Amino acid sequence: MRAGQTVTTSGRAPRAAWWGNPAVRAFIWQALLVIAVISLFVWAGRNVAANLRASNITWGFGFLTEAANFDITGSLIPFRAGDTYARALLAGFGNTLAAALVAILIATALGFVVGVARLSRNVLVARFAAAYVEALRNTPLLLQLLVWYNVVLKSLPGPRQSIALPGGLLLNNRGLYGPWPVAAPGWSALGLGLLAALAVSIGLAVWSARRRRAGRAPLALWLLTPLVFIGLPLAAVWLTAGTVAGALPVTWPELRGFNVGGGVTLLPEFVALVLGLSLYTSAFIAEIVRSGVQAVPKGQREAGRALGLREGQILRLIVIPQALRLIIPPLAGQYLNLTKNSSLAVAIGYPDLVSIGAGPVLQNTGQALEVISLIMLIYLALSLLTALLMNWWNARMALAER
Amino acid sequence: MKRAPVLMAMACGVAAAMANGAPAAAGVLDQVRQRGQVICGANPGLAGFGVPDDKGKWTGFDVDYCRAISAAVFGDPDKVKYVPLTAKDRFTALQTGEIDVLVRNTTWTMSRDTALGASFTNVNFYDGQAFLVRAKLGLKSALELNGATICVQQGTTNELNMADFFRSHKMEYKPVSFGSAAETVRAYDAGRCDAFTSDSSALHAERLRMTNPSEHVVLPELISREPFGAAVRKGDDQWFDVVRWVGYGLVAAEDAGVTKANVDEKRSSDNPELRRMLGAEGKLGPAIGLPDEWLVNVVRAVGNYGEIYDRHFGETSRLKIPRGLNNLWNKGGLMYAPPLR
Repeated sequence: MRAGQTVTTSGRAPRAAWWGNPAVRAFIWQALLVIAVISLFVWAGRNVAANLRASNITWGFGFLTEAANFDITGSLIPFRAGDTYARALLAGFGNTLAAALVAILIATALGFVVGVARLSRNVLVARFAAAYVEALRNTPLLLQLLVWYNVVLKSLPGPRQSIALPGGLLLNNRGLYGPWPVAAPGWSALGLGLLAALAVSIGLAVWSARRRRAGRAPLALWLLTPLVFIGLPLAAVWLTAGTVAGALPVTWPELRGFNVGGGVTLLPEFVALVLGLSLYTSAFIAEIVRSGVQAVPKGQREAGRALGLREGQILRLIVIPQALRLIIPPLAGQYLNLTKNSSLAVAIGYPDLVSIGAGPVLQNTGQALEVISLIMLIYLALSLLTALLMNWWNARMALAER
Repeated sequence: MKRAPVLMAMACGVAAAMANGAPAAAGVLDQVRQRGQVICGANPGLAGFGVPDDKGKWTGFDVDYCRAISAAVFGDPDKVKYVPLTAKDRFTALQTGEIDVLVRNTTWTMSRDTALGASFTNVNFYDGQAFLVRAKLGLKSALELNGATICVQQGTTNELNMADFFRSHKMEYKPVSFGSAAETVRAYDAGRCDAFTSDSSALHAERLRMTNPSEHVVLPELISREPFGAAVRKGDDQWFDVVRWVGYGLVAAEDAGVTKANVDEKRSSDNPELRRMLGAEGKLGPAIGLPDEWLVNVVRAVGNYGEIYDRHFGETSRLKIPRGLNNLWNKGGLMYAPPLR
């Protein structure tokens, strides 16, 4: 009661009491709320700890370094029974990442094509694209995944009747099999050669751009880049091994006993998951692309025509750069959704992070709280990373106001 | 200070909600009585063990165990709520107090019995893991499975036993694991795998669900011991005793020749063992918080262990699994109950 009454400044009229000040009041309420929320969490945490103790469940992340006694098929990061639980989770994370990345690439490409097709003046194309979008985004993703999985499984023959595809590929209901490199110095040289080619071609592009700005003719990149990408790696292999053909050994898939062995395998679960995720998300991306393109004012196109640009140039130089600004932020949201949706993999037996984490890891350790919070943390980190990348791209694409 | 009681009450309310699974509160038996229902974790659908029919009525071997517990507590076998659980979710459901007892063809292992917060009361079915394969492969033994792709349900001991089996025999295999039994079976039936592995009893049951059951055979080897048991949450000895002795009571009843048909007659017999067991003498029931005639109610409702077995797995059932290890101890099996005295 006594506190605020004496506050006066330089002889002016006394201010209102401190509790009448909206800023102070707001601060007090917020502080109270924060304290309440924090104490709720602390109290809930203590409660959890007490309950765990009462039911003899040990708490902690020590289980991560213990040996896990199950196997995982087709993991990008190799995993065998006897490796640690941490490695099992890592293998799951690798599989999530692989499926999400491939699906994002396909979904984006498909989405752009369908989105532009919806704007086509050809009625058949536009209607077909509209039907595609409506059918895919209005049915549940889980259902689509199950359909794709069964289509993949049911339409392909067993391993003994494998379909031989050109290039030594084998296809059956256990997967798509292809040749795979056997470790050899030639392959390392090839890798280094490719990296060098990448560096050289970037250098050439920069140089070409600088020449154009200086008013000179740009380099013939369409010819130089492929030459660099073919020439440099081949030269590197030839220099290390003295020959090209024999320096790059591969294993070919072949029928051994029950299954095809050797080479590399693309599991049907992976194919079904990527197919389902990318088709589903491409429908949403198509709508984002369509709305982005339609949002570019008509006057921009007309101005382009008035300048004498061809239709293709108008699209490439005027419409798309402006549309991208509108497309990128919602696109980022779709990428995040796709990554999180990949956890539905558990329904079709693809060993992703959730499938392995909430499956054998949780089951065999019983550490539900630890495992689930770890999975949540990983997804959160992945989403934040995606958001960060997309924000950076968005900032680059945003209107540069001078 | 005036507000304190209200706040306290609120805090207590929330605490009670969050401490749902805490055994420190009222005992499970009291909770069950108050609720008027036993909540039983059940298999969502495995022929023989537990299947709901189109009217939502459950039948099966494990289901009869739940009904026996209900009969012991309430004198009525139908006061049970079944919560269908996948293999993945079952222990979490038990830990959090969502269910009172887990009777879901669950293998008793040391780590589940200790670190997982569950306590197994007794074994109700002795099983072992086997492989189901297509007959046209012409396989005679599980040792010929080198290089095979094998479908398995995630989070089961089957997944672990299989890894051990192939590792110890230095054989290669490719597991494909699914979250639910139904998905696993469907994938095997669709040709995704060469073999499907599960407990032998489950393989006999799932075989009937294949497009063409006669095209599939169960390989003879059992690669593991799978003793199925009922499990309760750790920390409540009274409830543990109730579930354990209902299980032993069923076996003891078979051993003593007490059946659904003759239970009332046996109760009034002169045999002191039968009189103690069936509550005509002594205080065995009240010692575990149940009425004197608890076992009478159980046997009257579901029969003795042998009757339950025959109903679901015996010669007249669809599954026809020989009793083998599940016979009484004096008939070549492992079923043995400590004396009820």
